[in-house]
Amino acid sequence: MALLEVRDLVVTVATAEGPADAVRGVSFTLERGQTLGLVGESGCGKSLTALALMGLLPEGAKAGGQILFDGRELVTMDEPARCRIRGDRMAMVFQEPMTSLNPLHRIGRQLAEPLRLHRRLSAGSALEQAIKLLDRVGIPDPARRADAYPHQLSGGQRQRVMMAMALACGPDLLIADEPTTALDVTIQGQILDLIAELVAESGMALILISHDLGVIAENVERMAVMYGGLVVESGSTASIFRTLAHPYSQGLFAARPGLASRRGQRLATIPGNVPDLTELPRGCPFQSRCRLAIDACAAAPPPPVAVAADHVARCIRLDEALRRP
Amino acid sequence: MSIALRLPRRALRHPSFVLGGVLTALLIGVAALSLVWTPWSSYEIDVPNRLKPASALHWLGTDPLGRDVLSLLLTGAQNSILVGVIAVGIGLGAGVALGALASALRGWVEELVMRLADFTFAFPAILSAIMLTAIFGPGIVNSIIAIGIFNIPVFARVTRASANAVWAREFILAARAAGKGRFRITIEHVLPNISASIMVQATIQFATAILAEAALSYLGLGTQPPQPSWGRMLNEAQTLMFNAPQLAIFPGAAIALSVLGLNLLGDGLRDLLDPRLARKR
Repeated sequence: MALLEVRDLVVTVATAEGPADAVRGVSFTLERGQTLGLVGESGCGKSLTALALMGLLPEGAKAGGQILFDGRELVTMDEPARCRIRGDRMAMVFQEPMTSLNPLHRIGRQLAEPLRLHRRLSAGSALEQAIKLLDRVGIPDPARRADAYPHQLSGGQRQRVMMAMALACGPDLLIADEPTTALDVTIQGQILDLIAELVAESGMALILISHDLGVIAENVERMAVMYGGLVVESGSTASIFRTLAHPYSQGLFAARPGLASRRGQRLATIPGNVPDLTELPRGCPFQSRCRLAIDACAAAPPPPVAVAADHVARCIRLDEALRRP
Repeated sequence: MSIALRLPRRALRHPSFVLGGVLTALLIGVAALSLVWTPWSSYEIDVPNRLKPASALHWLGTDPLGRDVLSLLLTGAQNSILVGVIAVGIGLGAGVALGALASALRGWVEELVMRLADFTFAFPAILSAIMLTAIFGPGIVNSIIAIGIFNIPVFARVTRASANAVWAREFILAARAAGKGRFRITIEHVLPNISASIMVQATIQFATAILAEAALSYLGLGTQPPQPSWGRMLNEAQTLMFNAPQLAIFPGAAIALSVLGLNLLGDGLRDLLDPRLARKR
């Protein structure tokens, strides 16, 4: 049995204009030890997908569909049961290490909390474990650092602490939501290397969320490109980067800054804006910005089409898309 | 330099905090002093020496029953502090609990608590206190309870508003991701982060409680004789305003200075504990 099986996950959010589907039927499976990347621009539903998996959707948002975690249905599970899973079997690292720690509590104490909560350790042995964890995530002088307050740590160190906190109970699944976006580039690399190391050593599964294609390419085996609440392309990372099939993925790839670009040269952009959630068109969400859009694109949501083994894209004009200009 | 070291130094340079602190310390000091010493007994009646002006014997003169006004003022401070502490305690305990509950559970619980608070706010507090003491009888205990009850919605609102702001912060999401329940998060993360604004509110409510007690006692519904109370002293002075104005001036000044001191202290605390707010002004 797969560790995580998501079937037709829908997240409905309350907006001023009434309920809108921000995630519109996302499905994937993840085995133990596997790594999955979710990529897409802001508002594409990747963070809401992660929060729905954790059961931490903001007020007014509701999840539908099925999330099977180790065979247990999470969508309908009650809050106390989900609390027992969160932080223990599945853990999450957030984008903003600067604000993800309570400024009033010492690092060691915050780190010890999940251990006390889920493992019922005493304060002393939890703190001992916390120091070991700090050491594992590469905080120098961990015994002394455990006494520090969050404001005494740098952003990278705080993200390491957040990693340690997520790993405290040895989860089966780690969700990292843009874990390096708020950090500078050299620290980004270090944190990603640390994540990769920890995943390899513990055998946990990883869902890495990023808008950065480079981060995704280097760190996960499989990936899903999201747009307008839909997975428009998914498959093995190698296959997707070899054959960017969906026009949106192609646009996203073209828009990244390259080393070869000359000074003063503008980056390629995808024309138009992300459609408003409440005004998502019937059919393909990308149709309004797609160079290949035809009338049929507006008729019905595009079905997944196989591009290669273990690589599908939701586009009815795949043949044209693959014949890139 | 750490915040802990910087705070006292900044506090000493904050004029309203210093003045408020001094006045409040004076109030507490006077009440404490009256527990062990007053120039004369506050209860002993000495009719031959009634309505004496200030003299070496009676520094602030005597009242219509010949009691020493200074002694009455000192002992009256006890009363004000007692009422302030207990009434604010009631409001703080119940109000913070309700506000935190509303913020933690949201939905209909929040709606219910806040509408109840609106409902209590709709009545002028002093009128409701009069009503309560009219029903349950005048006296210090009933007036403390009445004042306390009307402090509850004040604290409930402040707590909910600041708690909601804390709930929206990222470390709460991180704490939830660690598997903590709403009650644990409230106690470990929310309450410590809002303690500053609650403390400021408590100081200000303390002043309001002193004022309310004086008003109730002035109306004869609060502290009963012979227990000295600033409000009752004002009441007794009323008919003698032109013969012995000092009888009204001193308790009036005592009330005004206490309330002023506590309000200044509250303002100062707010500026000191929330540096962002202070910089904006």
